[in-house]
Amino acid sequence: MIKFFLMVNKQGQTRLSRYYEHVEIHKRTMLEAEVIKNCLSRSKDQCSFIEYKDFKLVYRQYAALFVVVGINETENEMAVYELIHNFVEVLDKYFSRVSELDIMFNLDRVHIILDEMVLNGCIVETNRNRILAPLFVLDKVAEN
Amino acid sequence: MHLVKRRKSKEAEIKRINKELANIRSKFKGDKALDGYSKKKYVCKLLFIFLLGHDIDFGHMEAVNLLSSNRYTEKQIGYLFISVLVNSNSELIRLINNAIKNDLASRNPTFMGLALHCIANVGSREMAEAFAGEIPKILVAGDTMDSVKQSAALCLLRLYRTSPDLVPMGDWTSRVVHLLNDQHLGVVTAATSLITTLAQKNPEEFKTSVSLAVSRLSRIVTSASTDLQDYTYYFVPAPWLSVKLLRLLQCYPPPEDPAVRGRLTECLETILNKAQEPPKSKKVQHSNAKNAVLFEAISLIIHHDSEPNLLVRACNQLGQFLQHRETNLRYLALESMCTLASSEFSHEAVKTHIETVINALKTERDVSVRQRAVDLLYAMCDRSNAQQIVAEMLNYLETADYSIREEIVLKVAILAEKYAVDYTWYVDTILNLIRIAGDYVSEEVWYRVIQIVINRDDVQGYAAKTVFEALQAPACHENLVKVGGYILGEFGNLIAGDPRSSPLIQFNLLHSKFHLCSVPTRALLLSTYIKFVNLFPEIKTTIQDVLRSDSQLKNADVELQQRAVEYLRLSTIASTDILATVLEEMPPFPERESSILAKLKKKKGPGTVTDLEEIKKERSSDMNGSAEPASVNASAVSTPSPSADLLGLGAAPLTNSAPPPASSGSLLVDVFSDSASAVAPLAPGSDDNFARFVCKNNGVLFENQLLQIGLKSEFRQNLGRMFIFYGNKTSTQFLNFTPTVICSDDLQSSLNLQTKPVDPTVDGGAQVQQVVNIECVSDFMEAPILNIQFRYGGTFQNLSVKLPITLNKFFQPTEMSSQDFFQRWKQLSNPKQEVQNIFKAKHPMDAEITKAKIIGFGSALLEEVDPNPANFVGAGIIHTKTTQIGCLLRLEPNLQAQMYRLTLRTSKEAVSQRLCELLSEQF
Repeated sequence: MIKFFLMVNKQGQTRLSRYYEHVEIHKRTMLEAEVIKNCLSRSKDQCSFIEYKDFKLVYRQYAALFVVVGINETENEMAVYELIHNFVEVLDKYFSRVSELDIMFNLDRVHIILDEMVLNGCIVETNRNRILAPLFVLDKVAEN
Repeated sequence: MHLVKRRKSKEAEIKRINKELANIRSKFKGDKALDGYSKKKYVCKLLFIFLLGHDIDFGHMEAVNLLSSNRYTEKQIGYLFISVLVNSNSELIRLINNAIKNDLASRNPTFMGLALHCIANVGSREMAEAFAGEIPKILVAGDTMDSVKQSAALCLLRLYRTSPDLVPMGDWTSRVVHLLNDQHLGVVTAATSLITTLAQKNPEEFKTSVSLAVSRLSRIVTSASTDLQDYTYYFVPAPWLSVKLLRLLQCYPPPEDPAVRGRLTECLETILNKAQEPPKSKKVQHSNAKNAVLFEAISLIIHHDSEPNLLVRACNQLGQFLQHRETNLRYLALESMCTLASSEFSHEAVKTHIETVINALKTERDVSVRQRAVDLLYAMCDRSNAQQIVAEMLNYLETADYSIREEIVLKVAILAEKYAVDYTWYVDTILNLIRIAGDYVSEEVWYRVIQIVINRDDVQGYAAKTVFEALQAPACHENLVKVGGYILGEFGNLIAGDPRSSPLIQFNLLHSKFHLCSVPTRALLLSTYIKFVNLFPEIKTTIQDVLRSDSQLKNADVELQQRAVEYLRLSTIASTDILATVLEEMPPFPERESSILAKLKKKKGPGTVTDLEEIKKERSSDMNGSAEPASVNASAVSTPSPSADLLGLGAAPLTNSAPPPASSGSLLVDVFSDSASAVAPLAPGSDDNFARFVCKNNGVLFENQLLQIGLKSEFRQNLGRMFIFYGNKTSTQFLNFTPTVICSDDLQSSLNLQTKPVDPTVDGGAQVQQVVNIECVSDFMEAPILNIQFRYGGTFQNLSVKLPITLNKFFQPTEMSSQDFFQRWKQLSNPKQEVQNIFKAKHPMDAEITKAKIIGFGSALLEEVDPNPANFVGAGIIHTKTTQIGCLLRLEPNLQAQMYRLTLRTSKEAVSQRLCELLSEQF
């Protein structure tokens, strides 16, 4: 099961956080700070999986932005690793060349995308067109 | 919403946010009703502020209001706010539920989708109560849209996780299984997650999912990459779904139906073949997705552990990855190989990669990869390569990361012990460990080396010589001083013949370290000195001088002072004979589970340590090693009572009762002794003690100021033998000492006990032993009574204790697969055969201790049988002379309520009843 999905920049600012298990707000900030510290201290030739407390972190870096996913032992590390990339590609498609600012200013959209892909800690949809379908509906409504 | 901009400093951020929050609050509280757009704008801002780690204590009502909007955009943001910010015990749930109910009934798939997402993400109990009946219907209804089905599947999964009792299995279950056949892969993806979780809890109900999953998987892996359109990811067909299907199959044993099995084998072979084909794309995404599926397939192969051909192929594939340039692959390969090493089919194949793994240990730049390498070396170790692996681990230890040193130390210590053919090698290894990483050598490790040296007389001389040499180093670790002090105190005489290690040299060597050591070590050294007085009478005066010095006799530390005073006194007044008795060599320790292993298990958690077979092997001996690690303690150091510590009797009871060293004071004790009573009701506390022996065979059964009764027993099938040790704790003789074992009439017919009478006088400080031969004729409920009568200093003593001969002692553990277990479980479904007890936990609920107790109870502990890993399952056969009774047991802990539910099923009602009674007392 996926425990949380984070996007954090190199300065340690959280840009997206989605928890699939309830975590107290002050613990979230602590966890996010520790997680990013862990990721930042690693070099390119280290592996993308970190054992952290009783779960594993899978992370990928895109420019100054880290996407970090916390999983337990029932998930396949490599599959989650590619899920991150799939997610980023969907964002890229929707925002056409996504940037950190896109994510900040369209937080609701990013949430919708993530919720279409991951629900209740499980991967639910991986097809890009279907992930974006509700958003296109939404955009159409907004235009009218 | 675009107002919340980047902020430069933390202070500026907080200031800006507080201003913004105040602004939004006033907007919400203002008289003017906000239009939908502004509400949406402000809710979005709150979301962002929450993301930055600030708690949001308002706005919830506004969000709930948005839910009932008819505009999709407003409704959507309302749901988003709720599912991110509202936790499952919010008071708003009822209002939210109302909105959800309306949306579910709306038949508008977009609204339904939003409502279902919300349930799936919040999933409180109230939600389960409100919707648990509704959602299965939506899920299996023929006219539900695919996207709604997807959400409904995960929604149901959420409700099942939070409140399984509210989601009853019903006729929908079989239809859910058929969703695996759905033509829409998104639905299949969602359904697979749901089915996997349900199947773990209810394997029987979802058995049909196996063949459906296999055929779905087969259609995916054999398809051309273009067939699955949008579900193909960089030329890999539906990688995430494949992974999930392979996970689902890991809930079950290999399929029984040969056709299904053949098809699955074909799939797995295809996946393995694809790994060898040239990649369809140079993109790393392609190979990553392919490898995700490959690793999951290998996990399934390992889980089935039945096809030698596949196992070896998997091993070779992982072997290739071990040298791959991608760190991720090397990491995962090491991890998978670790589980592969425990399979008998592939253990040898794994071993061929030893050089690569050792190389990884030396060259990997990532500590977590190195740690995997250590784990793998540990898993692949056996007698043939133990020396090489231990040597490599020791090498690595010198440069290892601090964070993993302790674990490596434990592993080295375990391997060295487990595979030692030559115990001199073992002693060398442990001393090396202390030399290289003394700070990380925990007490368990050095206690253990002492236990082993004491139990094996072939290595004692070597050990004495080696520690003596090691102690010559100008700076040696305190742990080495402890081991050295202990071993020389016991066996220094074995090397005293050599003039280079004469008694005086040994003593001076140890004493040169004395002042650099901490108090516990000094205390241990003082014990060594008094042992030297016995071993080497020629240096008695030197030692007495040391003990007599002010720094000892007037030491500020009470423990050291007391030892110095008592030891000095003992060496002065006791005759050589008494000294020899008191300071006799330590008797062998009873065999028990290595406390080091227990420690490693504790550190790593269950499942990661592969030595379960070892526990099984040793279960006939004392199991309390893992339950109470402190009691394994072989040394006198940590025993708080100074009068008992001389020989470390706290650890090895009964074997050698000595009088308290300060004999002048001991008479005072008698004043408090139990006054004699004419009848002998059960001694107080006897029931507690009795209960402690249900799961172990050795220990102290009873103790008061006069007498200590210890037990040591062994059982095999329906026979047993118990040694009872009676220790006279006083310095006065016991006269007319008559212990009798009494069986009630009922008990006599089912339990045959034979005892030999003991000598009627027990000298002060002496110990006598009585043997009881036991035969179990048929199952029994009560326990025999041990009555002891004797005269002590003119008073008549009479006391009784329950003798812990219980039905479970005649258990033989039985290993069985999950399938067999549940089959037998079902066979014993007559209500009279089952006894259940729900009770409050009396001890902290520690899984490792519970396991040890179940094993100590006598049944086999079956791992990975119960779909819920928190539960414990056991099986065994009770042997009596007349019959054999098969027993199954299941213990379900509930941590929240601090309760247990224990269920026993045996072929005989009375047996179920008795075993349940006995075991319930243990937790």
